[in-house]
Amino acid sequence: MNELSATQQQYLLQRRKHKRIVCISRILILLSFLFIWEFSANVGIIDSFIFSSPSKIALCFWSMVLDKTIFLHMGITLYETIVSFLLVIAISILVAVALWFSSKLSEILDPYLVVLNSLPKSALAPLLIVWLGANKLTIIVAGMSVAIFGSILNLYTSFTTVDPGKLKLIYTLRGRRYQALTKVVLPSSVPAIISNMKVNIGLCLVGVIIGEFLAARNGLGYLIIYSSQVFKMDWLLMSICLLCIMATLLYSLINLLEKWCLKRF
Amino acid sequence: MEQVLELKHIHYAYHNLDGETPALTDISFVLNKGEFVAIVGPSGCGKSTLLSLIAGLLVPEKGLIKINGKYLRESTTNVGYMLQHDELFEWRTVYNNVILGLEVQHMLTARTREKAHELLDFYGLRQFEHARPSELSGGMRQRAALIRTLVLDPDLLLLDEPFSALDYQTRLNVGDDIGQIIRKEEKSALLVTHDLSEAISLADRVIVLSGRPAAIRQTIPLIFDLEQDTPLNRRNAPEFKTYFNLIWKELNTDE
Repeated sequence: MNELSATQQQYLLQRRKHKRIVCISRILILLSFLFIWEFSANVGIIDSFIFSSPSKIALCFWSMVLDKTIFLHMGITLYETIVSFLLVIAISILVAVALWFSSKLSEILDPYLVVLNSLPKSALAPLLIVWLGANKLTIIVAGMSVAIFGSILNLYTSFTTVDPGKLKLIYTLRGRRYQALTKVVLPSSVPAIISNMKVNIGLCLVGVIIGEFLAARNGLGYLIIYSSQVFKMDWLLMSICLLCIMATLLYSLINLLEKWCLKRF
Repeated sequence: MEQVLELKHIHYAYHNLDGETPALTDISFVLNKGEFVAIVGPSGCGKSTLLSLIAGLLVPEKGLIKINGKYLRESTTNVGYMLQHDELFEWRTVYNNVILGLEVQHMLTARTREKAHELLDFYGLRQFEHARPSELSGGMRQRAALIRTLVLDPDLLLLDEPFSALDYQTRLNVGDDIGQIIRKEEKSALLVTHDLSEAISLADRVIVLSGRPAAIRQTIPLIFDLEQDTPLNRRNAPEFKTYFNLIWKELNTDE
């Protein structure tokens, strides 16, 4: 190893210092928030019946871990989110490919997709309950409905903005449209598909929670709506915290997938 | 002499809602086996359109195109096409880029694979077989693109300003390089360019087109008295300047 120059060492030192400040500040914000919350609830500045407190939330979580009910709720929400997410990805890729194959079809369907995409999907949830009943299927469809139209439009746009020179290459090699799809459009859209996944996993979770508000007997969405009705604020805030953690974990899972893909492609 | 390519009275126009734009009018010429012909013309005159027609990407409105004596539609001859950019796919290795044409035409066999390896080896890219295209220099990328075309064993090569995206120094080197590879492989080639010196240094014959709609203005055979007829030697030959001025004048008359 070469001896680093003084200026380079100074630069590295500055970078490390910067990183440390960012990291420490992040932790401090969380800790002081929790502390102020806990403190003001204990002293009585805020009403702990309405605002709960970190310790109550932790105790509540622990008791639900002990009787194992929390795993059921989390598992159900996670399952519904993942199923609707996978269905959204599969269906939107298929539909976007079909639209890409036929520019006539995509032009015909364009206004419908735009209308469905801009519709507030939470309005559909009551309809779905009547049509499909208050069960898991309704919730999965609700989760899908939030993400699918935007996902189709996004993927289709990325398919149509593929470098025309690369498509021309396939045609000069006497390839047909099918080969243009498999050799150029799909491989070059992998980054777009992954960033589309990042958006969709969050949207599916939103849809699933909306569905559970209306049509569930378990799951975190059910827990939230039930606890607000019976005024168990500990449960409610704990469910929200768990949702935060779940959303972050799902997102970082897709980040991992992205890193793996970047290595392969 | 055997004719690889024959064009007769080709007409082509582009259509859109505002009207039609004639691109080519009454283009006729032949290309003999082993011949290297350059087509020059003002930019936007429809030179690339001509190549697209020959490659079968577009269909002429009038006129006919024959390749190896057969009409284009019935022809099974492979026509190689080199585009302005190398269009190597970053998600494939150099080797996988080279065999793309074989994959598309379902011609991947042990023999064609072996041929791809041989060509990569012969043209100095063996050690980069498993590299990504971004690891190659501009010149090596063009070589890889040429090998991708040659591995299909085309009788006719179409070159659509394949060096125009390179910087000047690389362009001279790569032009020299690619020109010699094409001569060595004894391919017939049709080069489209707006760079007169490139056309003169590479071709046996230069066809000068007029501005849009393009028509053939003049055909100028190039004869160099050189022991080693390479593109770089041509650039230093006394005839080079004469041809340059001749073609330059031809491009710029009555406009």
